[in-house]
Formats: sequence, structure tokens, C-alpha cells
Amino acid sequence: MHVHFLDPYRPRRSPIHALDARVKFVLTLAFIFSVALTPLGAWPIYILLFALILSVEVLSELGVVYVLKRAALAFPFVLAALPVVFTTPGEAIFTLSPGPWTLTASLPGLERFASIAVKSWISVQAAIVLAASTPFPDLLVAMRAVRVPRMLVAIFGLMWRYLFVLVDEVLRLLRARAARSGISDDSKLKTGGTLTWRARVAGGMAGSLFLRALERSDRIYMAMVSRGYDGEVRAMPLPGLKPVHWIVLTCGIGILAFLVMIAYLLWS
Amino acid sequence: MLYAPEPMHIPDGFLSVSVSVVLWIISIVVIGYALKRVGKDLGERQVPLMGVLAAAIFAGQMLNFAVAGGTSGHLMGAAIAAILLGPWAAILVLTTVVGVQALIFQDGGLLVLGANIFNMAVVGVAVAYMTYQTVQKLAGGRKWGILVGGFAAAWLSIEIASLAAALELALSGTSPANIAVPAMAGIHALIGIGEGLITVGALAFISAARPDLLESKDERQVGGAVVWVVGLLLALVLAIASPLASSHPDGLEWVAEQKGFLDTAQGSMYEIIPDYVFPGVTNEALATIIAGIVGVAIVFGVAMGVAYLRRNREVTE
Repeated sequence: MHVHFLDPYRPRRSPIHALDARVKFVLTLAFIFSVALTPLGAWPIYILLFALILSVEVLSELGVVYVLKRAALAFPFVLAALPVVFTTPGEAIFTLSPGPWTLTASLPGLERFASIAVKSWISVQAAIVLAASTPFPDLLVAMRAVRVPRMLVAIFGLMWRYLFVLVDEVLRLLRARAARSGISDDSKLKTGGTLTWRARVAGGMAGSLFLRALERSDRIYMAMVSRGYDGEVRAMPLPGLKPVHWIVLTCGIGILAFLVMIAYLLWS
Repeated sequence: MLYAPEPMHIPDGFLSVSVSVVLWIISIVVIGYALKRVGKDLGERQVPLMGVLAAAIFAGQMLNFAVAGGTSGHLMGAAIAAILLGPWAAILVLTTVVGVQALIFQDGGLLVLGANIFNMAVVGVAVAYMTYQTVQKLAGGRKWGILVGGFAAAWLSIEIASLAAALELALSGTSPANIAVPAMAGIHALIGIGEGLITVGALAFISAARPDLLESKDERQVGGAVVWVVGLLLALVLAIASPLASSHPDGLEWVAEQKGFLDTAQGSMYEIIPDYVFPGVTNEALATIIAGIVGVAIVFGVAMGVAYLRRNREVTE
């Protein structure tokens, strides 16, 4: 059993996939930064930012439904912002009284909550498009281009390379446990022993995963040394950006800067 | 679903720009120092060891066990990394884990990644290291020190990291402190028990199979005293500040007000033309309608473009 489905990269032949990863990376960060800079309640700007990212989704041929579905996964966190509806002072809209409490929702509170939710929703879509349209090695190149330390990039790269191996390891551990503990589909039947026993078994699995990883890292290190690794991370110099990529980068940042400026002029 | 998002990964949009930027700067400084430190301690072993262990922590988060009512406990790993690898290496390992979670799985945002790294890799590791070392000293090398220390380190690091997250949300005006702090602390007090139990199980296994990994090693203690003090300070400050913030929201409001001044100061920078109104666009409703129309036009244009590209490709193929 392998876990290649874990990789969110979806190969397509779209202009977004063909775009240089460095440009995509910087534009994604710029987009999320612009969304964060847009003041609360600047709804027209939110619509335009959403239209922008939606256009990129259409262009990327990933399927808008796919992106929106994945974006919904990040939604439960919105609960954390729900209380601001009731605690922000302002014009009251409705009052709830669950039990002994009285909660009064205010209009500015509702606007603040909706703004946070929408901003978060738009931002996560940009991150999804980046991850789904860029293979991980290209993301590493982009990280190098924005001056992430080479050593850290190398650690990221090695982690990704062995992530699937170790996830397979975990799946084998889980399968072994399932095979030995007689799981029943009937939810009324108790499975396994006491809570501490179950925790100890899971802990033992984590411990053995750790030891296996340590030993594997030793073997990997030996293999690297025998191939001439001397602790220095060497990489090909980054190729220059093509003029068309510079144009896309400048236009993208220009549009975002323009939207943020309009937002500040009209809503701050 | 194999991969369960955790409540501690803050998504984009939930933290204000100033909070995100400040925590990015702190995290970058700590990571930079940790890279130097670990490079010195481990030499050329650094990349393979850190990379594979980060993958192990990531994969290990899938190891879960049923707790009650359909919920399950699972490993986050700050404590076990800090105990087995020492603080600096653990910071790098957790930074890698949190970074990949955000970049690839959208578990936690990119602009707020600095804050998530700060909570989990810096606060989590420092507090776990401090707690474990303290209990070890108290136990004087007896075996219960490993298990009790492991549980305490796991529980406390989760709890304090969640307080940090709650205070960041409150400072950003996203969630009021008097609700965010007790809610986050309450949820993570329970999650921490699961983490603690699983950490104890892992440590018991490792102390039986490879006791040498758990012996305190002097070369890993370099800079350990600093981490110990920082961990203690973080734990104390966060444990004292968050109940204070939640019982005296005025204090936090004051901070937010100060920040509000900053924001207005920032805002005026953009107001190049004061009281500027677009010709013809006099109110927000009209602006919304125009934005809607422009937005639809953008998407429509792009859809046409895609259709055109598709047709071209079909012709060439």
C-alpha cells in the first residue's frame, strides 16, 4: 500500500502549471499578503481578489470544484472567530439567550467575522493552487530563490523524499495493529484494552517509528558519504527568469498593489 | 482521511499583519541560530538526520488511538523531538514539519507560518525541553524521571503553545481573549493528555530498546541552559499573561488600541489624496456593484481564454 495520493500535485498542461515556480511562489505570497492588508469590510476588494484567484483556478484547469472543496477543509477554524460577532460593540441586530447567557450580535461584529472568514477562504485557495500546480522540487527551487538558507532547503527536500517511505512505514504499523486487535464494525463492542493500554500501544508504535527513522537516517548518511557528500549542499545556479515571467510577476504585483491601495483609499 | 488538521495551526486571515510579521522575524532569528548550532554539533549528518526525523514526526502524526466518543489522540511530536534530539535540532525538525504542512497541505497559512513556527517549534520545543530537564534533575537519573518528565513535557508544551496561539488571536482582534484563552486551553488540556500518554509509550519503548538515546549527552547541552531559561520564561509569561488577558480584557483592549493607532498611522501613509472619491463612485454599494461586474468580467475573460487554448490544443494534437 502506497500513499502517493498524499501528494497534492496534479499534473495538467495549463499556463499556470507552465509558469516558473519562483514567480508562482512570490505571487502567491504577495496575494496572501494583499488579502491580509485589505481592511475589514472592504467587500468590493474582496470580490475582485476572489475574481482574481477564481480566474487563476479556471486557467489552471485544476477544476474549480476541486479547489473549493479543499478550501472548505480549512473552514472549522472559523469557529475561533465566531465570538467577535457578540463581543464587538455596535448596533445590535439580534439577541440569543442560550441558558443563563444573553448574547447580543452587533452589526460591526458580524462584518468583522464575515471579513475574517472570507479573507481566510480566499487566501487558502491561493495556497491550494500553488501546491496543486507546482511539483515539490520546483517549490524547493522557489524557496532557494527567496533566500531561504540552503541547509534548510536541503532538509525540506530530504524530508519530502522520505516522507512517503515513512508514511508507508506508519501504514504497515497501523495494519499490524489492526490485524492484532480485532476491530469490529459494531460500534457498541469495545475494541482494545483500557485507554492507557491503547495509548501505550500507540506510543510503542511511535517509538519504533522513531528508531527506524534514526537507523534509516544513518544508512542514508552512509550512502550519501559513499557518493562523495562532504556536508556542503551544492546546487545548480538558478536559471534567469525569462522576460515573459518578469512581465507576469510585475503585472501580478502591480494589480495587487493597486487593489490594496484602492482598499486603503476608500475603506480605511 | 489519513491526515487530520489540528486545531493549533492558524490559517491565513486570522492574524493581523503586524502580529504575523513580528513573529516571522522572531522565528527567522531562532531558526538561523538553530541552523548554525546544529551544523556545528552534527556536521555533515545534519541534513539526512533532520530530514528523515521530520518525515518521521509528520508520518507519526497519523498514529492515533481511540479516546472516547469518536475522538482520537495523536502525536504532535514537539516533546519527543526535544527529548531525543536536544532543543536546537528539535526546532529545525518541527520548523520543517510545520512548513511542509502549510506549504503542501494548507494546514496553517503561509503569511502566519512564522506565528505557527513560533508556537510549535519555538514555544513548544523550549517549554518541552525545560520541563523534561527539570524533572530529570529532580528524579536524579531514575527511570520514573523519563516517563513523568516525558508526560509533563508533552502536556505542558501543548498547553503553553495553545495559550500563545490564543493570545495571538486575541491581539489580532480575531477572537476575544476571555473566550479564546479558556477555549484553547481547555481543548488542549485534553489533547495534551493524549500527546502525553503517547509520548510516555514511545519513551518507554525507546528506553527498553535503545537506552543510550535517552542518556543525557553533554555535547547536546551546549546552549541548553539558555533554552531552559527561555522555556521557563515563555511558560511563566504565557501562563500568567493569558488568564490576566482573559479576566481583564481592558488591558488587551489597550494594547489593541495602541495597535489601532499604529494601523491608522499606517493607513494615512496610503491616503495620498485625502477625501478622495472616485468620479461617479460615491458610495460603497455602487463600488460593490462595479467590483462585482469587473470581477465577473475577469473570470469570464479567463474562461474564454481557457476555452480558446483548449481548442487550439485540440487542433494541434
